[in-house]
Amino acid sequence: MDRRELLKMIAVVTGGAFIGGELLLSGCKNADTIGGVIFSTADISFLNEVGETILPATSSPGAKAANVGGFMKVMVNDIYEPKDQAIFHEGIIKLNDACKKAHSVSFMDATAEQRASLLISLDKEAKEYQENKKKEDPSHYFTMMKQLTLLGYFTSKEGATQALRYIAVPGKYNGDLPYKKGDKAWATS
Amino acid sequence: MPDNEYDAIVVGSGISGGWAAKELTEKGLKVLMLERGRQHDHIKDYKTATKDPWEFEHRGRTTPEQKKKYPVVHRGWAAQEAVMDAWANEEDCPYTEVKPFTWWRSYRMGGRSILWGRQSYRWSDMDFEANAKDGIAIDWPIRYKDIAPWYDHVEKFAGISGSVEGLSHLPDGKFLPPFDLNFVEKDVAARIKEKYKGNRHMIIGRVANLTAPITGRTQCQFRSRCWEGCPFGGYFSTQSSTLPAAMATGKLTVRPFSIVTKIIYDKDTKKAKGVEVIDAETNQTYEYLSKIVFLNASALNSAWLLMNSATDVWPEGLGSSSGELGHNVMDHHYNLGATGTIEGYEDKYTYGRRPTGFYITRFANMNGDKRDYLRGFGYQGSASREGWSREVAELNIGADFKEALTEPGSWTIGATGFGEILPYHENKITLDKIKKDKWGLPVLSMDAELKENEIKMRKDIVSELIAMFEAAGAKNVNPWETYYSIGQGIHEMGTARMGKDPKTSVLNSNNQVWDAKNVFVTDGACMTSSACQNPSLTYMALTARAADFAVSELKKRNL
Repeated sequence: MDRRELLKMIAVVTGGAFIGGELLLSGCKNADTIGGVIFSTADISFLNEVGETILPATSSPGAKAANVGGFMKVMVNDIYEPKDQAIFHEGIIKLNDACKKAHSVSFMDATAEQRASLLISLDKEAKEYQENKKKEDPSHYFTMMKQLTLLGYFTSKEGATQALRYIAVPGKYNGDLPYKKGDKAWATS
Repeated sequence: MPDNEYDAIVVGSGISGGWAAKELTEKGLKVLMLERGRQHDHIKDYKTATKDPWEFEHRGRTTPEQKKKYPVVHRGWAAQEAVMDAWANEEDCPYTEVKPFTWWRSYRMGGRSILWGRQSYRWSDMDFEANAKDGIAIDWPIRYKDIAPWYDHVEKFAGISGSVEGLSHLPDGKFLPPFDLNFVEKDVAARIKEKYKGNRHMIIGRVANLTAPITGRTQCQFRSRCWEGCPFGGYFSTQSSTLPAAMATGKLTVRPFSIVTKIIYDKDTKKAKGVEVIDAETNQTYEYLSKIVFLNASALNSAWLLMNSATDVWPEGLGSSSGELGHNVMDHHYNLGATGTIEGYEDKYTYGRRPTGFYITRFANMNGDKRDYLRGFGYQGSASREGWSREVAELNIGADFKEALTEPGSWTIGATGFGEILPYHENKITLDKIKKDKWGLPVLSMDAELKENEIKMRKDIVSELIAMFEAAGAKNVNPWETYYSIGQGIHEMGTARMGKDPKTSVLNSNNQVWDAKNVFVTDGACMTSSACQNPSLTYMALTARAADFAVSELKKRNL
């Protein structure tokens, strides 16, 4: 079996595991997914704006152009366990409430600066929560949103080919490629 | 010849089965290859192999339904979106774990030859002599000189790339040009060499990926997606290599959906007459007859087939007279090592996705080195620059954060050890008399574990790697360990071992079952010890050697 996949995973092990990707060490402890959680079009627009605040358009397209909101819907519906799905959906409301509390305006009506300052504080809150939580406790909703934004964006066509460099068939190997600051990273390893 | 009669039957289509089919057909035999799973055609059936990352709906992740359906595959890194179709259906094909045992199976044409890691290393006499010298289990009936010409033979055809190093414990082979260590790995290798006074060797992994085209196959294109199947035929698999060669002879018949349930034993001739097969789709049973049978169903399933072929002569199964059938289960223990960062080299990067990494060859318990355990281990790993999934200090969201992530991060280095497991008689598999699979066949029951020798070695694997990385100047060096239970090395072996004496072994020096000499077992089941090198190349060589012997015996009318 291709243990290069294992070596890629060593990075994941050291960097924190993907939510919904927990390794099941024995048997099966999943409940059957129930179809009780539904993403509305408004949710997806909302999540695209959250994503855009995390990874805005710069010299390359932002997260909204890559439709990370639509990606989050697929991942939460298909990959997350029910308990994580519930936290994610509650998180949309919590994030909006936090925005109203901080800036007296809903997230969708907030300015880019207001959104950014809110997410900076939520990111701090989420990091502290993740560091102190018990292993079996669920992750913070913002950790979920940020993780899915990064994954969705950098593996999207826009992210992989414009923010990063993607070559489907490299054809050769050079282990001594000169690099200068500003050169983009490869999209796949 | 009647429709159901062949010169030879090959059970299984993976690495060793493909070799058996190729060698036997090329020597003129009419061969039937039986595969329990579906067809899986070269290139045409590599459904994901040319997809771009964004075409994977779940970007590599698996669903709760898949986790429920494939709990064993989800014990580690094997569970990924692109390859979920490759794994055996765990609901249809259960097994019993008296002790935790991870069995990653692929039941389709080509078996695990599509998925394998392709690392290809010769054994040396240090490995073949180890049991005799240590007084462990039984001696191998062969030595390096017996297998060396067959390593030559299979390396030339399979296409093994590697560097010539002149190491007596890891003999050089008939290599294609090596892949390259990258700039950082070369520096690390040089520092390790200097610090350990030339006694430790970090070399480029020897791998069954082509660095130059060979007949019908294009060289590796550096996509590093081998296990999805290579549309270029850039690495060795049954489909890319042995199957087309066997088909070209016009002498091979392949029958998919054929679960071999029994070897038909003839008491009068003391030989096998053929095999009984259940069609996995229709549940119909068939008999196929042949002069010789090659078992290449993978180590545990080949032992299962022998055990399930019990007769009143051999109530514990064909080949059970020694009491060793199903015993001495081995694997390689791994999933632990160290990671670190390498400072500097900001002006260096790599191009292309290399299908191998570095290999640190064995150094424990050899050349005067002595440990508080027997045998040794190697390491496989790589150095690379971090990608977008890293943490970025002081930045959490926004344009600067994004721009930082579009550039590569620091250099990191990581590796996992691969350690030898000793053959213990009490590490065994047996038939579960109660639990049945989808076809009503008894399933295997696994009862094997790591013991003191392996557990001591695991501590040493981590501490030696930390010491080497630190000696090479790495910073932030940390140990890591993830789940391991026997089998998870995917190098399961030893369940029908070779030996010199029918009283203590299942197979003789030519891989013939002592109790039925026209039955050959040439997959991992035949192994008498495990060494620490990845074993597939040795299975290839032993298969080609046994096929050559079998055909010469047939010609002499000895079989």
